Amino acid sequence: MTDGAVDPKRRPGVRRLPPLLTAGAVLVSVVVLLPLVFLVVQAVQVGWSQLHRLLFRHLTTMLVWDTVSLVVVVTVLCAALGTLAAWFVERTDLPCRRLFAILVVIPLGVPDFVVSFGWRAIFPSIGGFWAAVLVMTLAVYPLVFLPVAASLRAADPAQEEVARSLGLGRVRTFLTVTVGQARMAIFGGALLVGLVVLAEFGAFEILGYQTLTTEIYNEFQVGFNEPAACALSVILVLLGGLLLASEDAVRGHGRTSRVGAGAARRNRPVPLGRGRPAVLTGAVLLVVLALGVPVGAIIYLMVQGGNSTLPPASLLIATGNTFAYAAAAGVVATLAALPIALLSVRHARPRVIALQRTNMLVLAVPGLVIALSFTYLTEHFLQGRFYQTSPLLVLVYAIMFFPLAVVSVRAAVARSPVGLEEVGSSLGVRRRSVLWRVTLPLIGPGLGAAFALVFLETATELTATLVLHPTNVETLATQFWAYQSNLSYSQAAPYAGVMVLIAAVPGYVLGRWFDRQPERAALAGVPAPAPGPTTLVAA
Amino acid sequence: MLARVDPSTLAKTPSRFNSPDGRWVGVTARVSVMIYNTSLLKRDQLPTSAMDLADPKWSGRIGIAGSETDFQPIVTSIARTYGEQAALHWLEAVKANAGGHDYPDNETLTAQVNGGQVALGIINQYYWYRERAQVGAGAMHSAIAYFAPHDVGYVVDVSGAGILSSSTHQAAAQRFLAFLTSVQGQEIIAHSDSFEYPIASGVTTAEPETPFDELEPNSITVAELGTGAEAIELLQEAQLL
Repeated sequence: MTDGAVDPKRRPGVRRLPPLLTAGAVLVSVVVLLPLVFLVVQAVQVGWSQLHRLLFRHLTTMLVWDTVSLVVVVTVLCAALGTLAAWFVERTDLPCRRLFAILVVIPLGVPDFVVSFGWRAIFPSIGGFWAAVLVMTLAVYPLVFLPVAASLRAADPAQEEVARSLGLGRVRTFLTVTVGQARMAIFGGALLVGLVVLAEFGAFEILGYQTLTTEIYNEFQVGFNEPAACALSVILVLLGGLLLASEDAVRGHGRTSRVGAGAARRNRPVPLGRGRPAVLTGAVLLVVLALGVPVGAIIYLMVQGGNSTLPPASLLIATGNTFAYAAAAGVVATLAALPIALLSVRHARPRVIALQRTNMLVLAVPGLVIALSFTYLTEHFLQGRFYQTSPLLVLVYAIMFFPLAVVSVRAAVARSPVGLEEVGSSLGVRRRSVLWRVTLPLIGPGLGAAFALVFLETATELTATLVLHPTNVETLATQFWAYQSNLSYSQAAPYAGVMVLIAAVPGYVLGRWFDRQPERAALAGVPAPAPGPTTLVAA
Repeated sequence: MLARVDPSTLAKTPSRFNSPDGRWVGVTARVSVMIYNTSLLKRDQLPTSAMDLADPKWSGRIGIAGSETDFQPIVTSIARTYGEQAALHWLEAVKANAGGHDYPDNETLTAQVNGGQVALGIINQYYWYRERAQVGAGAMHSAIAYFAPHDVGYVVDVSGAGILSSSTHQAAAQRFLAFLTSVQGQEIIAHSDSFEYPIASGVTTAEPETPFDELEPNSITVAELGTGAEAIELLQEAQLL
């Protein structure tokens, strides 16, 4: 990663950790890790004998199997689909490939439960394992596509040319050299896919497919069965932790870097020849399935209309509430990310890096588990205060999407030259003024990106919102869910439509931006960032 | 957790539909019924008792919503009549018969029976009427039917309302409960799309539901239905929860 991290030899021992920033970073870390702490506290309180009864039973085995097999199949399919799509778009003479580069990214903005809803509305009898595989693959493959596309664009084409010139066929070259170069990007994207599938609730509930997450929600909703929800949460978090740990394991092997900048130039597109119509058909099919079905379903349902036994609700008010929560969460998460991002780039000591990596543990904790652990906290330690209030909901959003904010802010801090700050200091400006007058203006765009990412994720968040939203405040997601659960599909459709608009438009912009960024960098001779999993979180 | 409801409010609902210790008041009632797809099953093919659903002949033909709270009263009722062991065996057999037709909620179960994906299910009556209100009578391919009078699966349950002791609006909340159980409030419910039975202040439901006093449910009381804790444990043991 081109962190531009401060040279550790620079003024050794002189720069001590700024106390205010350090205190802020530690405080934020404590809050971010609260859900994990309370999960453990709750598990201890439930007690081993009850945990044992709840964990070692047939249903748990079934749920773990159903969840893990789904994670494995969806992850493998997404890795294959994302990589292939990226290669066709980046490296071949596929017609309209710039258009496809954008169209295949947009599904990332469509909430998974809306994709599921669209399929279910059009094919009412769809359900079960393969339906879940289909919907999740179509909803999240861009998590692999984006980093792999970036990595392919940044990679030196000479390696492939050498492989071909040494007699390797096109397919073998693709499998060994191309996939090899993009290996870290594929693994990183796949890791995110796995985490998303573990945490998903809405999409599976709609399809009637039970996973650990949907069952936790049911246990909690039916009779507020906290012990059972807690026991299953422990397993879920362990599985998430296992996925995160696998990133380290993979990262440890081999190198994808090389010495020397190579020749920065465009790749010559591989001619598809007679395969061109088939590949084009495949690309169109992918866009139709991933984007056409959910969007088409929403439009169809809205045009078709229908009655609902639920009272009418206000789309405008729900949109307003969603915007307010998303904006608040964006601000809180971005500000909270600032101290740790500044510290970990400017003062990259082992202790600071350890603190930053500990924060990332929250990636393994699904939103539902975070929401339930705060429910437990408010119920047992705060006499129910703050439960289902807006401040707590915003805090939970900020914790859930904290890693996104850290990654964006960190990248921005790393890109802003520390020299400018030193110039400021050398001209006699005090350190705090340097922060306000030099550092913040430099990293402004990065802060904006962090805000935007958290905003988008919050606007389409369903599970934690269902658990913690105040009784009289409906958001787009909760109102959608109320109608959807009542099978009032036509009434649910506009809410889904607004969420798609909120998320897909920036998804389009992201696609455009991502599409240009690394290529510009490559052409300018600047080494493109090696797409490791942490950069991917930002995607 | 719940404050006591005003005695005058409690008095508007027959006492058998109120919380035994006056912590909540019964507002509406619902009754468990069979829903069946009319092209897949004839009326005379229907079982007369919920216990019959454990018969292997229903394998692949019934749907359930095992995690739905409305399912628990039936489990409690069976456990009260035949004992926990029998209730557990019934649940396991029904789960096996349902196979992949275990749905997340009664709305889905209703829609699936209506759409012909599965032939028969147990729901509360109002789901069928709501489905009809939503999709229109022309799109209904299902009907509801009752179990034999006083059958163990023929259960009347109550939707009640209570006030949290922690609420800072006690007086307003008491007034609202009084309104819910008043003639005016009950008339609103009777003519709404909720399709539950009004039970307070002598208000009766509008057509076309079977009039409430013509129902012949079994004798299980609201107090015996309790919190559903026993049912939840049985459902967990049967791996349905």
